[in-house]
Amino acid sequence: MMMKKKQIIFTDSSKLITESLVRAGADVFIGYPITPANLLYAYSERRFPIFFAAPDEITTLQWMSGFAVAGHLPVTATSFPGYALMIESINMAYMMELPMVIVLIQRLGPATGTATCGAQGDLNVVNGTLSGGYPLPCLSMSSISDCWELPPKALQMAADLRTPVVLLSSKEEVMTYRSIDMSDLGEVQPVKKPEFSVKDSYLPYAPAENLVPGFLPVTQDEYQVRITASTHDATGIIQNTTPAALGNTARLSQKIRKNLDHYLYYDYDRQEGAKTLLITYGITTQAAADAIRDYRESGNKASLLVMKTLLPVHAKYFEICNDYDHVIIAEENLEGELRKIMFGQADIGRVIGVNKIGQMIEPGEIIKTLEDHE
Amino acid sequence: MSNTFIKDQVLPFCKGCGHSTIAINTEKALTKLGMNPLDVILVTDIGCHGIIDKSFNTHTVHGLHGRSVALGAGISAGITNPDKKVIVFIGDGGATIGMQHIIDAAHNGYNMTVVIHNNMLYGMTGGQPSEYTPMGFKTPTKLSGSTKPSYDICKIVAAAGGTYVRRVMGIGDFSDALAEAFGRPGFSLVEVMEICPSYGVKFNPEMKLSKVVENAGLATEVIADLPAKPYATDRREALPSLFSPSDVIPAQAEIRLQAGTSTHGELRIMMCGSAGEGTQVAAELLARAGIRAGLHATKKGSYPVTVGVGFSAAEVILSPDEINYTGTVTPDYMIITSKDGLDFGRKAAGRMKSGKIFLDESLESPATGAEIIRFPFREKTGARNASFMGVFYFLHDTNLLPVEVMVDSFNENKISKKVSADQFLQLLTA
Repeated sequence: MMMKKKQIIFTDSSKLITESLVRAGADVFIGYPITPANLLYAYSERRFPIFFAAPDEITTLQWMSGFAVAGHLPVTATSFPGYALMIESINMAYMMELPMVIVLIQRLGPATGTATCGAQGDLNVVNGTLSGGYPLPCLSMSSISDCWELPPKALQMAADLRTPVVLLSSKEEVMTYRSIDMSDLGEVQPVKKPEFSVKDSYLPYAPAENLVPGFLPVTQDEYQVRITASTHDATGIIQNTTPAALGNTARLSQKIRKNLDHYLYYDYDRQEGAKTLLITYGITTQAAADAIRDYRESGNKASLLVMKTLLPVHAKYFEICNDYDHVIIAEENLEGELRKIMFGQADIGRVIGVNKIGQMIEPGEIIKTLEDHE
Repeated sequence: MSNTFIKDQVLPFCKGCGHSTIAINTEKALTKLGMNPLDVILVTDIGCHGIIDKSFNTHTVHGLHGRSVALGAGISAGITNPDKKVIVFIGDGGATIGMQHIIDAAHNGYNMTVVIHNNMLYGMTGGQPSEYTPMGFKTPTKLSGSTKPSYDICKIVAAAGGTYVRRVMGIGDFSDALAEAFGRPGFSLVEVMEICPSYGVKFNPEMKLSKVVENAGLATEVIADLPAKPYATDRREALPSLFSPSDVIPAQAEIRLQAGTSTHGELRIMMCGSAGEGTQVAAELLARAGIRAGLHATKKGSYPVTVGVGFSAAEVILSPDEINYTGTVTPDYMIITSKDGLDFGRKAAGRMKSGKIFLDESLESPATGAEIIRFPFREKTGARNASFMGVFYFLHDTNLLPVEVMVDSFNENKISKKVSADQFLQLLTA
């Protein structure tokens, strides 16, 4: 068998994420630099066809929204303090149904916290971004290959569903250098923008069969486009709480849930006979992979589920959980954010957290919890 | 689509409101310029003025309170056809919230016109004063009158670089002023002075608009009139990939790594030095040397946010197998070249039960179970090169990788233009 020629490079994942986004067709990066998302900013300045340095994160999201109204697929990268400033504008973009990708690189909070320390502390914030609890899609990268493959998928999801999509990572994932074999990275397929042509008349928020309205940019002059952040019906004109307007608002949630199957990404390493399932995502995947390997080498059984499509939580994950006596969720935060999003506040004995702040969770800490719940 | 800009309907404002006058003058101005409704993108936000969009036959975009100028700026920068016109309607409240966006848009010179509907208070929320409320002007929540002068937004925008800036009274026909602004490529702004009929007139019955404006020292005139400065977004096509063939690190040899103390043959080396002393570069070159030797490698840095002072630490992992976990565990080896580095690395040193710590001779020994090997890294090569010396010394002592591989790794970096690898090698054999 011919061995393919290795092409080993030494790089951080920020570079992979940036390059794959551009290859997938993202053409505008707008950002305000913040540790630990600053490498993405720097690489984007070198690589994106259009790059804008915004004076702050509110402006960032507003400019991105403007670019999206004009038909672009904009991207930004930030960390919690910046994301917090963006939240009202993300609500706006969600209500306006504008496609964009927000790369959120987690660091230790609350507030400014420690900028140079990693964390997985922002899932609750992302989950609660939208007033009314509407689902904001969130994909999480857990490996080198994810950093290459998921950004284009996030972009495609944003374009297909006309929504902001959060692409979640953390400091240790995007700033650590790794040797990688470039020949292992597949070709990036450019995002296919949803096809849309007007039949008779155009109503800006009249949904298609998949509940997503066809998009026309304001650059054309055949059909009037109305875009609004206020409660509206299919016309795009502000309404009071009329049935049509409320129906339109409810559709924002329905369109994401209805189409979620197409964007469900996870790795499930199932071990026959295992009674314990270890769930993780993002940076803790490294420790979980080592922990599972060592645990199995010691003659024990456990399965591993790495969730990549994090939000909204897909029903498939619960199906998987139902096959186990114990579910252990490892994440680098104090409160167990994914655990509570999936299983609520009640202390149910079969769901156990492995949690830590200020340092990556160690494989040994996961193994100990696995052993405690055999 | 109709050629008129405003639908045939009663405008949605209170009787006597200047906002209606602005809408009518906007239509007149656009008609004078010979524009079609769908050549125009009207951006509005929250406040009474914002409910006008339903009356316009243009494209309309309705956003967040105070952010319409930033939203309009994004649209303007995202549009490639120059015959489109972005017009932003904003109130004095929104222009208070989003003043930075206005200054910024003027400074960048985006092709857009901002029309400030200055009725001297926040009307939709009950008549609170804005930063545009003139001194002495009474509002429902400030019955004694505003205690500070209003902003002169026109002067601010002129200073920021607006090409056409003008203040007008919101009475009668001011469509020429608007047409002048709409027709000017680059950033223009027209501030239209009004008094809110519901809250302003009621609480200031004795005041006439012209008198209020005059007393506020706000001149109704052209404040800036510069040659047109069309804005064009810089779009850079076909930029090179972030990865180039020259990034590929050549494999020189397959080295059988001696297993460290960790279970799976991984070798963890922690380098602790000071900012500006090459710790990060030295660690990267060590990792690259490992890759040249056929190993997998990772490297991560730790340093305070002020990257130019304090400690600078790096952890390198070398392994014959793929590396998953890159968190801090007990290192197999440490290279400590400064006091800052020692203070940072003391905890890790304390965890070591075996292995070696290569310590600068000037430093006190940390509590550790590792063997301590002292060498005057700083004295022999200077502080700036102490980390490089540390790496060479480490490889020379442990023989984990051939020193030649490290020399090649070193020579591919620009640091080799400043200091020669020979300098380190000579010290090793001295």
